[in-house]
Amino acid sequence: MEKDREPEKRSILKRKLKVINLGIEIFADDLKKQGVEVVGVDWQPPAGGDEELLRLLEKLGA
Amino acid sequence: MFKIIVEKGNYRDSVTLMKVSNEVSKLKGVSQAAVLMATPLNKRFLADAGFKGSEVEKAGPDDLIIAIEAASEEVLESSVSRVEEMLSSRESVEAEEIRPRTLTSAVKLMPDANLALISIPGRFAKREAMNALESGLNVFLFSSNVSREDEVELKEAAKARRLLVMGPDCGTSIINGVVLGFGNVVRRGSVGIVSASGTGIQQVSTLLDGEGLGISHAIGTGGNDLSEKVGGMTTMEGIRLLEEDEGTRVIVLISKPPGPKTSTKVLNAASRSSKPLIVNFLGEAGAGSGKQVKAVTLEDAARMASGFVKGKKAGTRPFSDSQSRVRSLAQSESSGMSGTQKYIRGLYSGGTLCYESQVILAPLMGEVFSNAPLRPESRLEDANISRGNTCIDMGSEEFVVGRPHPMIDYSLRKNRILKEARDTETAVVLLDVVLGYGSNEDPAKELGPTIVSAKKLAGTGGRHISVVASIVGTREDPQDIQKQAKVLASAGVVLMPSNAQAARFAALVASRGAVGRKLFGDGKR
Repeated sequence: MEKDREPEKRSILKRKLKVINLGIEIFADDLKKQGVEVVGVDWQPPAGGDEELLRLLEKLGA
Repeated sequence: MFKIIVEKGNYRDSVTLMKVSNEVSKLKGVSQAAVLMATPLNKRFLADAGFKGSEVEKAGPDDLIIAIEAASEEVLESSVSRVEEMLSSRESVEAEEIRPRTLTSAVKLMPDANLALISIPGRFAKREAMNALESGLNVFLFSSNVSREDEVELKEAAKARRLLVMGPDCGTSIINGVVLGFGNVVRRGSVGIVSASGTGIQQVSTLLDGEGLGISHAIGTGGNDLSEKVGGMTTMEGIRLLEEDEGTRVIVLISKPPGPKTSTKVLNAASRSSKPLIVNFLGEAGAGSGKQVKAVTLEDAARMASGFVKGKKAGTRPFSDSQSRVRSLAQSESSGMSGTQKYIRGLYSGGTLCYESQVILAPLMGEVFSNAPLRPESRLEDANISRGNTCIDMGSEEFVVGRPHPMIDYSLRKNRILKEARDTETAVVLLDVVLGYGSNEDPAKELGPTIVSAKKLAGTGGRHISVVASIVGTREDPQDIQKQAKVLASAGVVLMPSNAQAARFAALVASRGAVGRKLFGDGKR
């Protein structure tokens, strides 16, 4: 992860939205219908959804 | 015969799965089909439908289940391959656009992205939202089931980076005219909204649109932002942003009543604003201080905002239509009701509309029971069983984990309408119909036939039930509001111009006109 990318100083209200969508795909479709640029992430639960493994990975800072 | 397939660790969002389920259910020879994530709620749903077995019991919320009942082995085989095909074709359509697997790679693909819209299961949401903030993205967090501690952590991280976190549990925002989540196509204008409630934004923005007015921005804060634990962090940031925004002339603040400390803190912070602030802490009346005024209902808030923009004082009245017309319509709705039919059954897709109805109904009808009640003692023991006057928020957790929101998936609400119609005590079924982006593409097609059946069902028992609804929408919404209204009206639904008026009308019908005196006072209008 590219940590702490300097956010643009102008408030979000003054900028053209460019969106990354994780989850419900119709939200991305609806944004596209409104002419918004969207990148949809094919999101899957980390560690295959194995919560124990996930906690372990988080402890390891992964 | 049945077939159940469990695909371990294969996540698909609930809306996509609903579409697949619906299509496969329609295949010839298929008697029922469900494709869903194995959340406890969905597993119960499967068991009720007759899909039982150890593979279902063992499956967890990140496992995909394909469950089909069909007439023959051949149909089972072909419908399973149809499911697989639909799930993979969806992927291939998206593949043309390149679908990164992680947020990190998405940021590389769109380095100037400025917002992440996150609607994954709640237990993973904080992790991804924090990743987004660390990548310099503002966050719209639709996911619910995120702890208050995690919410505070996210909001503090956002503050340090001068970013905005809308959510968790944020249904709607309109930023620069762009609808995020569930929202309506409304005009742009000079009213800014900061709201802990998504349907609050939808009701106020559509009512303003109907008056020819528009929205500068509507900032959703998430349902828990004004809890004492979170302390209104996003609300205060939202008010500050709208204060700076040149396009905003008046600000509307919407929430259920917050805790006393947070209420004082937020209103004090807002009192530094140079712009008029309409405070709609649903049900709270009072004068407000300085440039602040209080609105009891969402409709009052819209009317007051419109008054500020148009420079006219806003009057309040219970109905848009005349008293005599409303009374005679109510009378015709209650004629044919039997003596046992006394109660209103509100079945809501919008949580705040459910709350607003309780605020309106309680002083008129007495105690209103709910799964999201005004007072803890009015909580229903079982949200599936109505008691007396009842308002159900069908978007609350017990109905939606692993299922699409009731604004998209009408199936639970349709079943409930029929159940209420069978109850000899039901006088009025009260509904909200929410249009706009995110919502079901043709709600009237879903509801119309069910309402006709419900009325028939009551009719065979010698009863007449009244169905009252309001449509939250605009002429520009994708669903065609006029067509929606026409189909609902022809199914026998009485449509009111706002949720508040629908609730008042329901009370007038259920009480056989008795609440008229409280509503209209003694004077004739």
